[in-house]
Amino acid sequence: MAVDLVIAAIRAVVMLLLVLNLSAILLWFERKGSALIQDRIGANRAAILGVGARLGLPNLGIVNTLLADPIKMFTKEDFVPAGADHFLHGLAPFLALFPVLVTFAVIPIGDTVTIGAHTFDLVAADFNDAALYVLASIGIGVYGIALGGWASNNRWALLGGIRASAQMISYEIAMGLAIVAVVATYGTLSLQAIVREQGGVWFGWLPRWGIILQPIAFLLLFTAGMAESKRVPFDLPESESELVAGYFTEYSGGKQAVFMLTDFAEVALVAMLVTTFFFGGWQVPWLYRDGFHLPGGALVSIPYWAVVVLGVVAFWIKTIFFCWLQILIRWTLPRFRYDQLMRFGWKLLVPIGLLNLIVTAVVVVMAGS
Amino acid sequence: MLTWVPIGVTIGFAALVVAIMVTINRLVAPRHRSPVKDLPFECGNPPSGSAWGRFSVHFYLVAILFLVFDVEVILLIPWAAEIRRLAGFGLGEALIFIAVLVVGLVYAWQRGALDWD
Repeated sequence: MAVDLVIAAIRAVVMLLLVLNLSAILLWFERKGSALIQDRIGANRAAILGVGARLGLPNLGIVNTLLADPIKMFTKEDFVPAGADHFLHGLAPFLALFPVLVTFAVIPIGDTVTIGAHTFDLVAADFNDAALYVLASIGIGVYGIALGGWASNNRWALLGGIRASAQMISYEIAMGLAIVAVVATYGTLSLQAIVREQGGVWFGWLPRWGIILQPIAFLLLFTAGMAESKRVPFDLPESESELVAGYFTEYSGGKQAVFMLTDFAEVALVAMLVTTFFFGGWQVPWLYRDGFHLPGGALVSIPYWAVVVLGVVAFWIKTIFFCWLQILIRWTLPRFRYDQLMRFGWKLLVPIGLLNLIVTAVVVVMAGS
Repeated sequence: MLTWVPIGVTIGFAALVVAIMVTINRLVAPRHRSPVKDLPFECGNPPSGSAWGRFSVHFYLVAILFLVFDVEVILLIPWAAEIRRLAGFGLGEALIFIAVLVVGLVYAWQRGALDWD
């Protein structure tokens, strides 16, 4: 029992460390991605005491982003504007990043593993209300943003914070409706169980991924998720041409870094949720516990540990694909106007979500009886 | 126990990491304050009036609509998880519930609560 508890604790910490690193690497990914799209070189100049140049290393830009930038940020002066609420000003970035990080605890990244007498799933915490937990912790994120805007004693920040609150709560409904439709399809709230349901094939070759059952819910969740992460084309809260930087105008150093990390952690979270609900999570097409069952009927046997490793690799490949897709969209589309944003959320996504849910429920009940 | 320990560890570890990131500047960074530097940023001019001015009441309306529909989503989740066992009866109840809220959405729509101009 004690060993099981230690293993559980290690799973939780490892998952958080993976997510924090992924978020930091996504920052570099975004800089290089934007550079590629805009036909420039991007973050590429870095040298530690001239070492990079002397060794002729071509590209140390990632060192810049992962080492130099954090050091610089965490040694900046901690700025709080006059008249601002000191406590809330510090609490806001905490409340923004913390709920996002906590959400990752229920995302399954692999199949069941057995080490000695201990068997566990590769998910930090697999409990049977996980989908509800995801909705709940995403909902808390809005407090950090709204407080950050309000506590800054700056009118741009206040406007950004209010815009962000209205936008996030509007799109949360579409997101919730998409998740309810997925839950209705699989009849469970546990994410690990949802991923297991997506194993196997239809017609002998088509992987049973959720995207085939719930394509509309996928579009809803992905769109609403991008709106929740407040990135272009949904970056009204921080639209720099109108509001300087929106709700984090008055933030510097580490607190600003936390807000930035929140953005990228949310990108990673949306990618992981989409992967888990619609793209089979850690499922590899045609891969079962004893090896590949290819569509022709051939069986390629591989040991179980290799199956687990392949699953984990597949999960991360899918996740990084959807992170990349979000970065691509972010650097391709222009920003919405505010009335367009609200119309899109309330008059398009919410009705579609309700309709999708009703159709799903009727089909599921008819198929069950 | 095996469920709640990792959740507790996640919450504790995440809180620790974020708390360090938020407070580290206070401990290691220099701090030189001056009245001009402490002014809230307003495009370079001294701020004109209070930052906590009035803003459109429309945002409150969105928040109220959100409360209605988010509670709807939360109430639908238990039904969705047990949809097969509840079968036709549960479906009927849920459809009535959704229909009532759709009437609310249509009403808000008609009254222009979802329009921004």
